[in-house]
Amino acid sequence: MFLIVIIKILFVVGVLLTFAALLTWVERKQSAVTQDRVGANRVQILGIRALGLFHIITDALKMFIKEDYVPEKVNKFLHFIAPLFPFFSALAVFAVIPFGSPIKIGGRIVELSIARLDSGLIYLFALSSLAVLGPVIAGWASHEKYALLGGMRAAAQMISYEIALGVSIIGVIMVYNTLDISLIVEKQGELLFGFLPKWGIFVQPLAFLLFLPAIIAENKRIPFDLPEGESEIVAGYFTEYSAMRWGMFFLAEFVEVAVVAAVLTTLFFGGWQFPYLFDDGFHFFGVWHLPYWLIVIIRILTFFAKWIFGIWFLQQVRWTFPRFRYDQLMKLGWKIILPWGLINIALTAIVIMLING
Amino acid sequence: MKYNFRYGWWEKIYYPELIRGFYITSRHFFSNLWKWITGRKGAYTYQYPEEKRPISPNFRGKHYLVLKEDGTPKCVACYMCATNCPAQCIHIVAGEDPNRPEEKYPVEFTIDISRCIFCGYCVEACPKDAIRMTYDYHLADYTREALLYKKEKLLHWIETELDKDQPLIGR
Ligand code: SF4
Ligand code: SF4
Repeated sequence: MFLIVIIKILFVVGVLLTFAALLTWVERKQSAVTQDRVGANRVQILGIRALGLFHIITDALKMFIKEDYVPEKVNKFLHFIAPLFPFFSALAVFAVIPFGSPIKIGGRIVELSIARLDSGLIYLFALSSLAVLGPVIAGWASHEKYALLGGMRAAAQMISYEIALGVSIIGVIMVYNTLDISLIVEKQGELLFGFLPKWGIFVQPLAFLLFLPAIIAENKRIPFDLPEGESEIVAGYFTEYSAMRWGMFFLAEFVEVAVVAAVLTTLFFGGWQFPYLFDDGFHFFGVWHLPYWLIVIIRILTFFAKWIFGIWFLQQVRWTFPRFRYDQLMKLGWKIILPWGLINIALTAIVIMLING
Repeated sequence: MKYNFRYGWWEKIYYPELIRGFYITSRHFFSNLWKWITGRKGAYTYQYPEEKRPISPNFRGKHYLVLKEDGTPKCVACYMCATNCPAQCIHIVAGEDPNRPEEKYPVEFTIDISRCIFCGYCVEACPKDAIRMTYDYHLADYTREALLYKKEKLLHWIETELDKDQPLIGR
């Protein structure tokens, strides 16, 4: 059992870090293709350019080789631990995300998620809100005005959107009647009216529209990247960071993108559920039986396909929308997402009451 | 620009306009991606050192001094170009050739190409058609001194250094 958990952890962390590294490339290339450019492609090994993929290696090399400059007046300890928080919390959140349906190995049922917690959603939100400690501590420890402003902005923004996020997700909890994320995904395999998959986006469309901006704001990406706001406050909370410490923030951001895409997939796009695919095969105008191992493979691939689509979507959002102004951001969080989240809870409650009689 | 633009309810509910913007960027993304996949160029970029943008044959680039048939410069050191030059970057020292007393000739003829604004007035002014421009715009060099184009260079660089691969519009 212990061994299985270790293997799963290695798999998940490996996949996440690979995705984060690839995302540095995706970020450049996707923006380039969107904006009719070519994008970074100059690094070559033996004359092979491989679409600029080697830039990942040179980026890493650059960050390790650069001088790791720590200003004189910073609080050394806090300055050192700050980049670890977003990184750690982003990696830890993924522990409850199921990436495939349970498999049987030697009579033992193995869940394809690191941990199946009864209170998975609460764990998810608890750990993702730990990420705010990184920017706040970094801003405070840096002993510098722009960093402090960035840290304060990050704190205000992330706490506001934490609430919006929590309120918008309650509808989903009510519909599936559980906090266990694996169970939520299993329930999304059912059919609504016999043809529509019971995915979160179909049963809770309003919650999705509220959850999406809230989680992007949580992630501090454009259009909600005010804590960085390079046109106003240099680079916000990581102004005083250089070399690999800055690299940690950078990498954490990309891990967060991957995790956010996985959370969206899990809660609103049916996780590993392939439409009409049940444990014994396809139910589509009759039953098409398939062996269970094939079904598991299809489901894992489905999860990865949805996940990659989610990442693409978040990146495209990042390269489409301009940054919000600070008051607009607060207004959106408190005056639009929060009230509509409450309305969504009431509506969901009424509908559930009516259906259950 | 409409400065007094008032947001109606359509803009105020955010999502339709956001989706429209998202549609535009993703349309660019997918059409360009499709071009790259099918082996065409999905960008407006010219990958400069390998791929050069076609320029007009009339492009005003680096100057050269025209030679006579006997291999001496056509220039008679009349200072017309230097007088006319708005950037004042032509420096001429005139001299006399005892064998040909009817004309002066330039002992030194220097163009400070780093100050030149490529207006072409020197070419316009020259009564002898002794100075011309080329389409060559590769000016970069390692020192400032190398950017002072001396007489020898102006007379002869075109024979060896002219970029023959430069694509020209209509040629
Ligand atoms: S092109 Fe214009 S600036 Fe350049 S040398 Fe001729 S007259 Fe002077
Ligand atoms: S105007 Fe022509 S002839 Fe006169 S100095 Fe200049 S290049 Fe020589």
